[in-house]
Amino acid sequence: MSDATVKHDYHLVKPSPWPLLGAIAFLMLFLGMAGYMKGFWFIEKGALWAPAPGFLALVFVCVGWWGDVLKESRGGDHTEVVQISLRYGMVLFIASEVMFFVAWFWGFFEMAIFFDVRGNAAHTDLANPNLENLKGWAHWPVTQIVTNAETGAREFLPVRPFDPFHLPLVNTLILLLSGTTVTWAHHALQSGDRAGAKWGLLLTVILGISFTSFQAIEYAEAGFSYDGSLYGSAFFMATGFHGAHVIIGTIFLIVCLLRLMAGGMKPTKHLGFEFAAWYWHFVDVVWLFLFAFVYVAPHLIFGPGAPAAH
Amino acid sequence: MSADTKSAPEAGHGHGHDHGHDQAHDDHGHHDPKWYSPARWLFSTNHKDIGTLYLLFALGAGTVGMIFSGIMRVELAEPGLQLFNGTAFGGFFGNPENYNVITTMHGLIMIFFMVMPALIGGFGNWFVPLMIGAPDMAMPRMNNISFWLLPVSFTLLILSMFVPGPPGANGFGGGWVLYPPLSSHDANPGLAMDLVIFSLHVAGISSILGAINFIVTILNMRAPGMTLHKMPLFAWSVLVTAFLLVLALPVLAGALTMLLTDRNFGSKFFEPAGGGDPIMFQHLFWFFGHPEVYIMILPGFGIISHVISTFSKKPVFGYLGMAYAMVSIGVIGFIVWAHHMYTVGMNVNLKAYFVAATMVIAVPTGIKIFSWIATMWGGSIEFKVPMLWAIGFIFLFTVGGVTGVVLANAGVDHALHDTYYVVAHFHYVLSLGAVFTLFCGWYYWFEKMWGVKYNGFLGGLHFWFMFVGSNMVFFPQHFLGLNGMPRRYVDYTPAFREWHHWSTIGYYVVLVGMAFFFVGLIEAMVRRRKAEANPWGEGATTLEWTLSSPPPFHQYNDLPRVR
Repeated sequence: MSDATVKHDYHLVKPSPWPLLGAIAFLMLFLGMAGYMKGFWFIEKGALWAPAPGFLALVFVCVGWWGDVLKESRGGDHTEVVQISLRYGMVLFIASEVMFFVAWFWGFFEMAIFFDVRGNAAHTDLANPNLENLKGWAHWPVTQIVTNAETGAREFLPVRPFDPFHLPLVNTLILLLSGTTVTWAHHALQSGDRAGAKWGLLLTVILGISFTSFQAIEYAEAGFSYDGSLYGSAFFMATGFHGAHVIIGTIFLIVCLLRLMAGGMKPTKHLGFEFAAWYWHFVDVVWLFLFAFVYVAPHLIFGPGAPAAH
Repeated sequence: MSADTKSAPEAGHGHGHDHGHDQAHDDHGHHDPKWYSPARWLFSTNHKDIGTLYLLFALGAGTVGMIFSGIMRVELAEPGLQLFNGTAFGGFFGNPENYNVITTMHGLIMIFFMVMPALIGGFGNWFVPLMIGAPDMAMPRMNNISFWLLPVSFTLLILSMFVPGPPGANGFGGGWVLYPPLSSHDANPGLAMDLVIFSLHVAGISSILGAINFIVTILNMRAPGMTLHKMPLFAWSVLVTAFLLVLALPVLAGALTMLLTDRNFGSKFFEPAGGGDPIMFQHLFWFFGHPEVYIMILPGFGIISHVISTFSKKPVFGYLGMAYAMVSIGVIGFIVWAHHMYTVGMNVNLKAYFVAATMVIAVPTGIKIFSWIATMWGGSIEFKVPMLWAIGFIFLFTVGGVTGVVLANAGVDHALHDTYYVVAHFHYVLSLGAVFTLFCGWYYWFEKMWGVKYNGFLGGLHFWFMFVGSNMVFFPQHFLGLNGMPRRYVDYTPAFREWHHWSTIGYYVVLVGMAFFFVGLIEAMVRRRKAEANPWGEGATTLEWTLSSPPPFHQYNDLPRVR
């Protein structure tokens, strides 16, 4: 606002089409997903393309919206006080993400602490057709339902959890290391060493991609299935949402790297970079909790169980 | 913050690309955008316009929710099936299953699309910036998507009523709490439940973004000199509410996602056969759901404080105690959730804890009630329309609070769980609590928002019909519940006929009251009596009354100073 009567530093944003378009993109995305899952209107059930238009529209809106933010920032709209607002906003967004993970940890803890209740005949409906499965919940590791590929019969086999001190430990080290490289990049940027900042950021991105790749390998070797038991569901959803956040964080870092290479970001003002780093540390900390409680704690408390993968 | 200096970086270099545009802006200077300009409403970044959009949306959604409650009351007017019998009105209402779809939708609509958009989105957007001396919200564009996601969410919810749900029927009728197994694939294999889940996902995103915006605005954009301990109580109430939203809604999102993957991708979160536990959904849901009930009432607490103070011509009694009572209600609200699920087979020690923790909430709530009474004590009270609503609220919320203390007892709750006693309780705190605060705020700020005066006689009629009518609807439901009438039932034994009948008559009285609301709105818009900047006089001390009515499109270009 270069209006001479405005005597404050706040940013009065100009009218923008992005919020409305974003809401429409959300409508398309969710209707597409509903169509994919159940079939809806002209969308056949299982049509993988169905969520794509909404998703692409959402990406388009994100690019346009955040592009406008960058223009406004370069135009000088992000004064000191506006920067404080943006920082508070990012902190609160991450706080809401933390609470999202609380739900998934809650699910895992409820199982890991009270699993034996399900195997206790006093608490279980004896007419339950899955009684044999629930008997397997009297001890750790719990059982899962497996359909025999040859006979088609349902079998109840023990879950084989991961040994945390193989690939999961390597992945922990990778993420911790990426936390140091992103800090290196930040300090380099602050001291005007743009080459150092680029190298640090590039390494962080590579480490992030490595983590995702190793996680994919680990998933392929899992000794339990997603739909076989609560254990598999809780494990894959908790680590899967973490993985999704790693991918989002990696994209965020790549955007920062591209902006750096295009000459953006100043030593004194680089909120985009800071937010990417905060987000990355948040992803890092969630992983530490996953590693400690989903991988290590059951392993140490209940023992490794049946022959483990790896 | 150096808010009193002209922003140096903006005047300097780097503004070239839109310099021309700014020139144009200067030339046309201070002409506000025309009210009929589509871009003003579709692309808005103005907190007052977005607040107006929220209020209009809540008005529309509230009308739909009100029609649904009418359908329920007509059905329940007599024993037997009045509407949901497959023949009434050409079979329009279909089978009795649809009755439960209507109750479910009534609950979800009134909570997510009426009370929350009106109190937080509407009045919060309008008056938090005005009261704290800010020119707008911290993130005006994000503010707009918070609004526009609501029509999207509402569309998904309404759509769910017209797509297959349980075998042979449409919609989801498992109640607003969405418990599995009623919401699982086995009981509701159709698309309806998935659309409900998506609807709440979208509503959740909207509320989280809105809440972040409020917290940032309140923490970072208060006028120079306005410390948190000098901030108006409505801003305090929205601050606490926004924190509850940011911390509670993501947990609901997680639970809904588990439900979604259970239904569609074979996960076993709530599927006992695979070791899952439907009761875990109840825990996750109520960890969100209990803060949610405070989310609905806290902004109303803020409004009542201002109205009681204004019309008693006294500062609110125990200002700091009032502020921190809301904070403690918010904090304790997170540790009492399982009092909604005493009957699931919970350990008795756990029940004892949740009883005790729940009772503790009566302390800060009592602080608020007694402080409002103490504010009126010795005051020069004027019974203008907003004050009627505020006093009505205090009485009715106290009734709802007392039945809340009754229900907090696990032993008593075993008898009353899922009866009309519970229905009466939560309608006293919400329908007669939150909604009364909403109308209180509406009449308090009507002139400020719309720039015209309302007819006080019509406003008074609105109040008295609503007060008598809603008590008539819900007070008899206590008796029904104590006698064992379960909630969410389309039919009942003739023994319950008498009080159900009174309840339905009460609904018609409320309907007359709401007619006066609309008549009053239209009358004010037609007559166009010019509003005053401060119609309430010396009692109205907050910053919004220093501005014109309606306020300028952009207020506080020169920030106010608070001492």
